[in-house]
Amino acid sequence: MLAFIIKRFVQSIVVMLVVGLIAFVMFRFVGDPVDQMVGLETSIEDRERLRETLGLNAPLPMQYWNFISSAAMGDFGTSYQFKRPVADMLGDRLPATLELALVSAIFALCAGIPMGVFTALYKDSVLTKLFQAISLVGISLPTFLIGILLIYVFSVQLQKLPSFGRGEVVDIAGWSTGLLTVSGLKALILPAITLGLFQMTLIMRLVRSEMMEILRSDFIKFARARGLTPRAVHFGHALKNTMIPVITITGLQLGSIIAFAIITETVFQWPGIGLMFLQAVQDVDVPIMAAYLLMIAFLFVFINLIVDILYVVVDPRIRIEKA
Amino acid sequence: MSDTLLGVKDLVVEFSTRRGILTAVDKVSFDLERGEVLGLVGESGAGKSITGSAIVGLIDPPGRIAAGTVHLAGQRIDNLPSEKMRRIRGDKIGMVFQDPLTSLNPLYTVAKQLVQTILTHKDISKKQARDRAIELLDKVGIPAADLRIDDYPHQFSGGMRQRVVIALALCADPELIIADEPTTALDVSVQSQIVGVLKKMCSEHGASVILITHDMGVIAEAADRVAVLYSGRMAEIGPVRDVIKHPQHPYTKGLMGSIPTITQEGDRLTQIPGSMPRLTDRPPGCAFAPRCEMAMDVCRQNHPEEKDVGTARVACHLMRKEGAVA
Ligand SMILES: Nc1ncnc2c1ncn2[C@@H]1O[C@H](COP(=O)(O)OP(=O)(O)O)[C@@H](O)[C@H]1O
Ligand SMILES: [Mg+2]
Repeated sequence: MLAFIIKRFVQSIVVMLVVGLIAFVMFRFVGDPVDQMVGLETSIEDRERLRETLGLNAPLPMQYWNFISSAAMGDFGTSYQFKRPVADMLGDRLPATLELALVSAIFALCAGIPMGVFTALYKDSVLTKLFQAISLVGISLPTFLIGILLIYVFSVQLQKLPSFGRGEVVDIAGWSTGLLTVSGLKALILPAITLGLFQMTLIMRLVRSEMMEILRSDFIKFARARGLTPRAVHFGHALKNTMIPVITITGLQLGSIIAFAIITETVFQWPGIGLMFLQAVQDVDVPIMAAYLLMIAFLFVFINLIVDILYVVVDPRIRIEKA
Repeated sequence: MSDTLLGVKDLVVEFSTRRGILTAVDKVSFDLERGEVLGLVGESGAGKSITGSAIVGLIDPPGRIAAGTVHLAGQRIDNLPSEKMRRIRGDKIGMVFQDPLTSLNPLYTVAKQLVQTILTHKDISKKQARDRAIELLDKVGIPAADLRIDDYPHQFSGGMRQRVVIALALCADPELIIADEPTTALDVSVQSQIVGVLKKMCSEHGASVILITHDMGVIAEAADRVAVLYSGRMAEIGPVRDVIKHPQHPYTKGLMGSIPTITQEGDRLTQIPGSMPRLTDRPPGCAFAPRCEMAMDVCRQNHPEEKDVGTARVACHLMRKEGAVA
């Protein structure tokens, strides 16, 4: 098991180095960094001095190494536009995106799993038909359209929920949270549903198909033949066996949720890193773009690693063979 | 009541399919005495498993019991509400399935599966249930049962897993055990051990067994009586010795011709030419008539009634004159 974790860990680092290379190429070759930092009136000598202090005259592999190692230490350079360290700016914006992503994922799980189980167990119920209709909407409508629809219904027509922003936030040890105020929670509802609907649909369909597959399996038939209660059979034996793919998919989706938050954040003017990234693209603020890329990649890789480890913990077949 | 434990009468199981109603089991009747082992044989698709599932009430839609009755210890059980029937399953009737590799939940330890089953049917403490589980594993011949009980199914070999399956079926001391091809998926070397375990457990607990198999060798070794199913219908039922030595129905004769242990060694297996008719378009008369060398006109028109012939009961038009066929 330890060997397995180490192996996956090394793989993760390799992936990060490759992504780092891409970010580095972007940083180094999309425009001249020096041009972006100084004004037109700066003299050639001053530019040359800056070039030297930034290490831009060193051999490229050396520059790559410097870039990677400072990124690993949390130093992503300075924003061209705002003249602030990118790391600080990310730090300010990250809580908003993470809270949104987390609440979306929880919503997707809490709605998706019961809906999947229900539709698998009661195939002919009216509610099943309704759930399937909802899932069709979740799969086929683009995120921004769902967001706009929700805003139209709940903000414009019913005037119950805010259509933009985070509401009031409370600062706890440098982490600004919207989870502790009423207006913060209210502001979270529509974006979280918008962002989570697609994942919810995915989880519901996954749970449904896995569950139906497993309900046909021999060990379920044997469990029923032993007279176990329907509850024990459905939730103990069947649902637990569907959890491995569900954990994998949800975990992996958490990365995409954060990545796809760009669209939701734009629709709802949610002050997270996605919105910041979009603005950076408009301003060609390359350090922010490179940092965003690195961070999303890191999240994906990190989540993948965690999912693989969880997978091993849940499934004794892998756990014991790898032990 | 006599010593009859199970009475199956005119059981009909139908499946509604796209091609119409399919009668998988067609008016099958038999009784089972307490402590008796009844072999149920027939080729694949003959309706053996469906008969077993119908008895325990595990026919899922689109299938249903369309007619007939099942009595267990004098109580009619084929029309019980599902919750009542659930309490009988595992408690009064235990089942063992073909493939021990897939019969156990891979994510739970053997202990968890045994204890859960015991607690479902018995009002005892968890600790007592665990002790009982260890005792059961020990009885079915799992070495170091108290240590192995916390292992997961994949840590056992196929034969050992089938022993675990048998232990699970025996959790609540059922009066009837239905074993559906319990040895088919196993290595030849462990097959007779498993039959041995099954037989021993049942004689110790006084349980009756329906042993479903297509292996006549297993029947000869373990069963008291044997019932031969053909295309969902009973062809012949009688004491094992008589049916093996003096089969009456032409189909049974064909089957007996194909047991390697009964014919002389080195003899090739006799195969009955042709194959079983599809259940959706069974011929109007005897289902076996198209493959039967002795078929008469009446066989193609009328379905034969079951008749007592000596110790056996046979459904064949040739039986008109008592034991006339030699
Ligand atoms: N779920 C089902 N739907 C339709 N037909 C079925 C179903 N299950 C079984 N059958 C029919 O019942 C017949 C008997 O099946 P089974 O009892 O499993 O045979 P076996 O004697 O090999 O155990 C099969 O030939 C098949 O046509
Ligand atoms: Mg079968």
